[in-house]
Amino acid sequence: MSDFRIPGRGMVDPGQPCTLVFDGKRYDGLAGDSVASALLANGVHLVGRSYKYHRPRGILSAGSEEPNALIAQDRGDGRFDPNSRATMQELYDGLECQSQNRFPSLAHDIGAINDLAAPLFSAGFYYKTFMWPKSAWRKLYEPVIRRMAGLGKAPDAPDPDHYSTRYHHCDVLIAGGGVAGLASALAAADSGADVVLCDEHAVWGGSLCGNQTDIIDGLSAQDWIAGTIADLQSRANVLLLPRTTCYAYYAQNYLGLCERLSDHVRHPDTTTPRQRLWQIRARRVILATGALERPLVFPGNDRPGVMLASAARICLDRYGVLVGRKIVIFAAEDSAYGTALELASVGAKVTIVDLRPETAIAPDPLHACRKADIPVLAGHVMTGTKGRLRITQASICAHQDGVFGPERHLACDAMLMAGGWTPTLHLYSQSRGKVVWDPERKIFIPGPPVQDEQSVGAARGTLGLQDTLAESFAAGLASGRAAIGGRKGRKRVIIATETAERGTGFLGAVPLPHAKIHARAFVDFQHDVTSKDIKLAVREGFHSIEHVKRYTTTGMATDQGKTSNMHGLAIAAHQLGKDIPAVGLTTFRQPYTPVTFGALVGYHQDALFDPRRKTPTHDRAVALGAVFEPVGLWLRALYFPKGTETRHQAVHRECLATRQSVGLFDASTLGKIEIVGPDAATFMELLYTNPWQKLPVGRCRYGVMLREDGFVFDDGVVARLAPNRFHVTTTTGGAPRVLAHMEDYLQTEFPHLKLRLTSTTEQWATLAINGPRARDVVAKIVDDIDVSAHALPHMAARCGHVLGGIPARLFRISFTGETGFEINVPAAYGAALWDALMLAGAEFGITPYGTETMHVLRAEKGYIITGQDTDGTVTPIDAGLGWAIGKAKRDFVGKRSLARPDIIATERRKHLVGLKTLDPMIVLQEGAQIVLDPNQPIPMTMSGHVTSAYHSPVLGRSIALALVENGHNRMGETVFIPMPDTVIRAEICSTVFYDPTGERLNG
Amino acid sequence: MLLIHCPVCGEDRPETEFTYAGEAHIARPSNPDTLSDADWAQFLFYRTNPRGIHAERWRHTHGCGRFFNALRDSVSDKFIQTYPAGTPRPATAKPENAQ
Repeated sequence: MSDFRIPGRGMVDPGQPCTLVFDGKRYDGLAGDSVASALLANGVHLVGRSYKYHRPRGILSAGSEEPNALIAQDRGDGRFDPNSRATMQELYDGLECQSQNRFPSLAHDIGAINDLAAPLFSAGFYYKTFMWPKSAWRKLYEPVIRRMAGLGKAPDAPDPDHYSTRYHHCDVLIAGGGVAGLASALAAADSGADVVLCDEHAVWGGSLCGNQTDIIDGLSAQDWIAGTIADLQSRANVLLLPRTTCYAYYAQNYLGLCERLSDHVRHPDTTTPRQRLWQIRARRVILATGALERPLVFPGNDRPGVMLASAARICLDRYGVLVGRKIVIFAAEDSAYGTALELASVGAKVTIVDLRPETAIAPDPLHACRKADIPVLAGHVMTGTKGRLRITQASICAHQDGVFGPERHLACDAMLMAGGWTPTLHLYSQSRGKVVWDPERKIFIPGPPVQDEQSVGAARGTLGLQDTLAESFAAGLASGRAAIGGRKGRKRVIIATETAERGTGFLGAVPLPHAKIHARAFVDFQHDVTSKDIKLAVREGFHSIEHVKRYTTTGMATDQGKTSNMHGLAIAAHQLGKDIPAVGLTTFRQPYTPVTFGALVGYHQDALFDPRRKTPTHDRAVALGAVFEPVGLWLRALYFPKGTETRHQAVHRECLATRQSVGLFDASTLGKIEIVGPDAATFMELLYTNPWQKLPVGRCRYGVMLREDGFVFDDGVVARLAPNRFHVTTTTGGAPRVLAHMEDYLQTEFPHLKLRLTSTTEQWATLAINGPRARDVVAKIVDDIDVSAHALPHMAARCGHVLGGIPARLFRISFTGETGFEINVPAAYGAALWDALMLAGAEFGITPYGTETMHVLRAEKGYIITGQDTDGTVTPIDAGLGWAIGKAKRDFVGKRSLARPDIIATERRKHLVGLKTLDPMIVLQEGAQIVLDPNQPIPMTMSGHVTSAYHSPVLGRSIALALVENGHNRMGETVFIPMPDTVIRAEICSTVFYDPTGERLNG
Repeated sequence: MLLIHCPVCGEDRPETEFTYAGEAHIARPSNPDTLSDADWAQFLFYRTNPRGIHAERWRHTHGCGRFFNALRDSVSDKFIQTYPAGTPRPATAKPENAQ
């Protein structure tokens, strides 16, 4: 049995020993322990080093507010968690963890030299110190600071666990499973409502878990809690979620909960999730989140062995662990007296040092303590502590009205602080409720609810057990009835008594004799912020609490100041000579405690991160060894390497094969929209720059679509299949926004037009056959379509059949400049069509090509890709597409904007032009900036940029497209592209590099 | 995650089903070519940005697909009312925090 374990106490299982390995050393613990309680059972208080000064630190609390006891936990196989709170991590047999922020060891840490240099590290140290010389910041200061900064180490292996997500609806959600939450749940369940009750701990009862002295309904608190849980478990309308933190309260009663499913298991079942994220929409919410005990701010309050009184009580009640043998309690309110009696009852030697005069102490607990031979020194203040790695001595002196007595010293091995109770308002505040200052009790409490929500118990500042139970029962019943609109349930009246009621406590730094006012008294333990730092910040002009917080970093550590914010605020207010509410409270934001990224990501990782869309011929491309690229959500074949070909070699071969014979390309990803109705042509006229009314059935036209501001939005070939039916194509990935754009105009601006818009992208597999032998290939697979040059000229469209009866839409269109066909068949026939074309084209050496070759071929012809060669500031005129504007049309979307003065100002507009580098072997970089004068001083005036650049196999040289200021009027001029090591010269030319007369296209 | 009432479906649905589509009640002029540059710019670029109730267009993209209008309080982020596109802005609604 460990030295500090009290047999018969706590909720731990003496029959189940568990070994804990901390910093390589083995300790005995029990099932039911936390890592912190197991260490304390072995008399270990020193668990970490502080962030800035590397001061030795112990365990402050017994809950999720813990600022000090942060450990790195290694569960094997890459399961590594830094900054785990030892107070929250449940022990399992063989648990391994390490202390953090120390080198070479916890007891001997080199970084502790910072502590000696502490006078240097005042608030704003970094802002003040590392200003000069400016050049040293990047090379010297920042790397050094970065190496020193931060708590814990980030895991470096992929997380092998998986995480689950669940959505849930309930009538009443209760956050917090202490007595208030349990009572609320009972009453709400009585009403017949569906109830969810969650608590961040594994065991229920909150601060009364394992409590044997307080009496509820004639039972010990421990027994009442056990009976209540059994009752709730037996009810079908109650869902109990232990180990579940309600970390966020969003709009419309939408709450986020994180359930830890296997963090307490040594060998978790890897087929089940590690954690589960609950997103719950609740009709009513009850916040029973309790209160957090505050430390007291006095010199040396951060020494290992100095803890919260509530933590010592929980250690005894929940874990059967005594935190010391010789304990000094520094109290500012009454509940510590109950704790003192309990600790004394199991053999600890306890002394109470109370900040208050004797007249301010509740008489019953005071007399009970004196009767139990517990010395009570009222009207005393703590002036310091001693002990290198653990407290050994407390120094005190009497004080009254600013007069201090002589200092005395008390030997001890633990000190408890009882500074008062701060209601846990985080969730209320996140619900957008405004907290209200209660000047009498010196606490912030919840104001009026802004959502269907109610706080109960300590969370709303209620101090006594009896009152807490009464209001919780009432709130549970009322919430349940309101949520379901029922009258079921009953009023419960229960009598409860407790040894000592909680009191208001003390805020700010305790009064000190003059000789001690320069000693360091810590406010924020995790970020090493002292009362002096806050006072300094105020003196230096930071008067808003939000500024004080950021300047001193108080409350900005992983604990978000749960134990420190109120003291920091009180010290700032005192220094400013203002009331606390006048200084204000910093904002509470989600999450209440840190949430693992894995839980937030849930299932959305790896293959499930984003949908992957595959074309009907995907398997054929895989079989040919294609290399793929993501285009939007689509996976497209980038190129088809043969043997050991490089990307460049493959693209070179694919380009030449298509230009010389025939190439096959899967264009199924092109967006397709079917526009059908008597007003289809009228609608097309309004949405596109082009005229459509006179386009004959069976013909295609290249259409340009603008936004209302006149800039190119999308483009694509449109086929008129019937007087009232258009087959519209859009850029890959552009279909949803084009359809939304069309729907917007159809529904809201032109609702009188009769037509329907239907997305047909997935309905059709589209294969493009291009090249001088394309017609020979297509002719072999069509049933009833004459594909001769005479019958099917460029831009003709036909509906018919292919492969012996498969319906097809066949368009004579080209994105390569060669004779081209696009065959659309129902998607299910896409692979069959691919196979047939490969077979039919075998004698011509038909060559499948990917998107890279497609890009090269289209650039050789100057065909633009919207979004690459245009960027949302390019008009059709800028892009050289002025010919596509129906000049006679009265109106179309974007038309009026093309007449705006800044659109007409041609000298200042950037035009799409071709670029030929003077050295034909240099391929420009897409995105590279263009200047007109390479010798101008830096920063240079940038006159454009490269939008597309490739090596053209058929031309044997590089080509590029670029947007250049006034480019259309600069043909033949030389421009300059400055690169890191050189300046590239290029000549402005036409965007059409190959076959400018279109002989091949029309052949 | 806000719940938004779709006036077409008649249901409260999660906001991920919806797409915001800018300020409501800005009709496209029927005669753009007769407008002055200033008037056209006013239609094209100028929007109100009220602190309080804002009339907005939303689309139930992953539902019925219909555009509709909504009054939303830009301070509390709460939807006050939704109503079909093409109907006038309701006059009754007051800001959430109006005293």
